Amino acid sequence: MSPTRVGALVLRQFYLLRGSPARLLPMFAWVAIDIVLWGFITRYLNTVAPPGFNFVPRLLGAVLLWDFLTRVMHGVSTAFFEDVWSRNFLNFFATPLSVEEYIVGLVVTSIATSAVGLAVMLVLAAAAFGLSYAVYGAMLLPFLLVLFVFGIALGVFGAALVLRLGPAAEWLIWPVPAMVSPFAGVFYPLATMPAWMQAVARAIPASYVFEGMRAIVSGGSVSAAPLAAGAVLAILYVLLAGWFFLRVYRRAVRTGLIARYSAESLS
Amino acid sequence: MTGLRKAYGATAAVDDVSFRVARKETVGLLGPNGAGKTTTINMILGVLEPDGGRIEIEGVDLAADRRMALRHTNFAAVYAPLPGNLTVEENLRVFGRLYGVRRLAERIAALLAQFDLERFRRVKCGALSSGEQTRVSLAKAMLNEPRLLLLDEPTASLDPASARDIRAGIRRFTLEGSGGVLWTSHNMREVEEVCDRVLFLSRGKILLEGDPKALPRDYGKTSLEELFITVAREPLTLEEN
Repeated sequence: MSPTRVGALVLRQFYLLRGSPARLLPMFAWVAIDIVLWGFITRYLNTVAPPGFNFVPRLLGAVLLWDFLTRVMHGVSTAFFEDVWSRNFLNFFATPLSVEEYIVGLVVTSIATSAVGLAVMLVLAAAAFGLSYAVYGAMLLPFLLVLFVFGIALGVFGAALVLRLGPAAEWLIWPVPAMVSPFAGVFYPLATMPAWMQAVARAIPASYVFEGMRAIVSGGSVSAAPLAAGAVLAILYVLLAGWFFLRVYRRAVRTGLIARYSAESLS
Repeated sequence: MTGLRKAYGATAAVDDVSFRVARKETVGLLGPNGAGKTTTINMILGVLEPDGGRIEIEGVDLAADRRMALRHTNFAAVYAPLPGNLTVEENLRVFGRLYGVRRLAERIAALLAQFDLERFRRVKCGALSSGEQTRVSLAKAMLNEPRLLLLDEPTASLDPASARDIRAGIRRFTLEGSGGVLWTSHNMREVEEVCDRVLFLSRGKILLEGDPKALPRDYGKTSLEELFITVAREPLTLEEN
């Protein structure tokens, strides 16, 4: 693993962001809009809810955490799509760059871009709507870590899928967070869902985070075992996603797809 | 390259191809469309896995140590322009780091001067003409002073004056440096001018090999172009010879 080559991939993404407001803006604009929208919704709900019940840490906190996961996933997939859009695979993979370094480059890029989005959300939610992170205490960090690892897994899996199916599969990847969210119990307890959805939810690491978050804001505590299960699942998925990407890449090298990857050749 | 083979289903794209590119030598890889030239180049670049055979670059087996082997190669091809959304300098910086080029800033400055690209330093590659993009691709191809430079129709989109300058630059690369060049082109005059040796591919096999100036005479043809047309249309007549 060469830090210089991984750094070269991150540098490319930095150059792209630096020179393009259209790329820079979505890093914080959409999450800011989400926080503003849900901030006002929670403020309104607080006026109609029984006294003492606060929606801010339940709903706004959930939106913040879910948007963070979405940013992480899109951080990986957008960095990958840049190479799809510019038909750059032949140039990259004809260098000494290994596929493992390429994946790490995507992940490091996502860390940087999602950190920007997270910082904007944290500041806005606290300053404009009084979301206090002290409510979550020390659990905020493990919550974010589980969501981060799961977001990386989704991003790498999505990238592998597009590499396998062709550029048009990009449209399958963007809505993945929206497809997962009903099962992850972002806004409601898992017990609200029918049994079959709860079974699916147990396989989604994020569901353990949101259950834990709700337990904390209800005055309870998070038991370590379910959150650890979420963490183990997230790690398992990231390993599986990496394995899947490697497998798809090797097939692409065997068939010559890497050399002639383009919209024309696949779609 | 020894015994290279690649098949797509029942079709053999490259069939038992063996050749060597020596230092300071320019070898032309010729043949009609679909003869197996680009497939061969892709296998040497490590982006296409051969079904059989061995590729050795600077004594390093590509299959055994891809990273080390590819440190010594580079390429330019009309179908692989550099990302158009980065400037010339940004692209050269990114690829310079991928190839582990030392004193990168100096190397980039020298290449920008050599390929007359200084005024485009901060211009996005997508905004350049096709000829200028080719020059940027060639500058990228020279970044790591490769021991094996692969050029797939490098002058295809250039005007005659620019093409002549590029040919001179690549000639200088082989004469002054220590690398060899594998060159594909459909311009037979260019091949005669540049190549020390040519390999004619037909249906994935090497049909003819030799000096581009002597080869047409050896096969009763008046020019390399005439020989090329025979390879493309009547390869069996040459196999019989």
